Amino acid sequence: MATAATAPAAPGLPAGTEPIEKGNSLWHDAWLRLRKNKLAVFGMFSLAFITVACVAGPWLSPYGYEEQNLDLGASAPSAQHWLGTDTLGRDLLVRLLFGGRVSLGVGLAATFVALTIGVVYGAVAGFFGGKRDAIMMRTVDIMYSLPFPIFVILLMVFFGRNIILLFVAIGAVEWLTMARIVRSQVMAVKKMEFIEAARSLGFGRRRIIFRHILPNILGPIIVYTTLTIPAVMLLEAFLSFLGLGVQPPMSSWGVLIKDGAEKMEEFPWLLVFPGTMFSLTLFSLNFLGDGLRDALDVRSSKD
Amino acid sequence: MLRFITSRFLQSLLALFLVISATFFMVRFVPGGPFTAEKAVTPEILRNLEAHYGLDKPLWRQYLDYLGSLAQGDLGPSFKYPNRTVNEIIGDKLPVSAELGLLSLGVALVIGITLGTLAAVRRNTWIDYVASSFGMIGISIPTFVVGPLLVLGVAIHLGWLNASGWYTSADRILPALVLGIAYAAPISRLTRGGMLEILHQDFIRTARAKGASEFRVVTRHALRGGLLPVVSYLGPAVAGILTGSFVIETIFQIPGIGREFVNSAFNRDYTLVLGTVILYAVLIMALNLVVDVVQAWMNPKVRLEG
Repeated sequence: MATAATAPAAPGLPAGTEPIEKGNSLWHDAWLRLRKNKLAVFGMFSLAFITVACVAGPWLSPYGYEEQNLDLGASAPSAQHWLGTDTLGRDLLVRLLFGGRVSLGVGLAATFVALTIGVVYGAVAGFFGGKRDAIMMRTVDIMYSLPFPIFVILLMVFFGRNIILLFVAIGAVEWLTMARIVRSQVMAVKKMEFIEAARSLGFGRRRIIFRHILPNILGPIIVYTTLTIPAVMLLEAFLSFLGLGVQPPMSSWGVLIKDGAEKMEEFPWLLVFPGTMFSLTLFSLNFLGDGLRDALDVRSSKD
Repeated sequence: MLRFITSRFLQSLLALFLVISATFFMVRFVPGGPFTAEKAVTPEILRNLEAHYGLDKPLWRQYLDYLGSLAQGDLGPSFKYPNRTVNEIIGDKLPVSAELGLLSLGVALVIGITLGTLAAVRRNTWIDYVASSFGMIGISIPTFVVGPLLVLGVAIHLGWLNASGWYTSADRILPALVLGIAYAAPISRLTRGGMLEILHQDFIRTARAKGASEFRVVTRHALRGGLLPVVSYLGPAVAGILTGSFVIETIFQIPGIGREFVNSAFNRDYTLVLGTVILYAVLIMALNLVVDVVQAWMNPKVRLEG
């Protein structure tokens, strides 16, 4: 908690650490802990690398992501096509990077939807408590028990495979856990003295929730957001793999894996590279999320 | 305890009703009916077909009719498979998926609990590191990557097993393994966490002090409490195995209910879609109910709060 973060000096730090001028904020401590976690650092670097490659790569490549070369057909990795080409002669590297834009984009956008709904819902339930809280959380309980991936599949089949709908649908599924976490955190923080102080200063509820409570529970929110992104990306790829997500000639990692799995017998690189890239990204996000959880000392309790 | 079970049961019934109604109206409001794809359907035939299936009645009437027959366990006729009822189709396909699901769950529990317990007991040794990395890898590599890669390696290159199909008992190995490992990973992490917490407690020290062997301490004393997090994860795990079977059944071409569900959605076979969604909902909710009750039985704190 931020209130407890004003400890003098830094007894926990190893000898030889440079003196810290501004004192140890929660965030600074967390950063120092995170930096010591090799896997989390690896995750950060590989994510940064993948993101830059996906954003910049398609511009630098001499090939377009839907540019076909039927004379060439499927070819193994070579000097011209570093990761080979698919059966239509499209460059796999550029499709992989372009697909990364789509997959990461869907991951971020749908997570943002989930984050917004979950935080507002959880904060309101936790702050007001009582009957309103009981009804809101019972609703979440009931929604938890619904077979949501099935509804997402139905939505995608019936209402066309449209990318906006895709991330709204995914976001609508993933906000439940965020709401639970935010609620329990808000309930803990709202009893603290500084909230009492804010109240006695006559601040409105909205101001107290957004300016005083939420900044103090940012840690769990950040951790859980980091862990929601891979879950969302997985759901997108799952749908694309079933032919229900992103549609060709657009590309996403799910689409490429589906394609690769169909042709793996003759052209294994079509499966291996997208599979590796996707798994590496999920790895990195999970490592980073785990590292953040340890660094920010967030307990994974649900009560 | 009885009050707890009753309130959970009523809650499930309400959720089930919501699922049925939401799905019913969703499939009716979408553009395109089950017969639009068929070629050369004259308006008269279309009208006859719709009358035959009761699609010409007002929507609220269809809804009440459906609920009425559902109450008698009748899921109605399939729109795409002439002369077959949804009950028959589910009766055909469900046993296949149930077998796959149970095998996978078995794989997940055996591997997950064993690895998690070993990791906790031998904390910070190489066993712990291997088990924990397995957990991370299993969580991060999706089944639709592991599945095809295993098929490529084990079935196509080595030729040890068939790449697809569901005929011999050897055909069960790869699908159950792929689906099971995906859930063994989170189970091993949860077991490790739960066991670590339990192994520090006083009653474990007491058991050790009384001379119980390490094996007995772990299996008889620690596991019951240490597995609590696993039990609460079983609901989501089984739901995940059910939906995961869509992908696995597609990869391995298994004639189960998961593949049928995806096909029925593509075909707009309203009754079959509804029937399978209801089936999944009932399974998931029944399981959540059982999990809640088992959890309450294992942990008095939960029981008294309910």
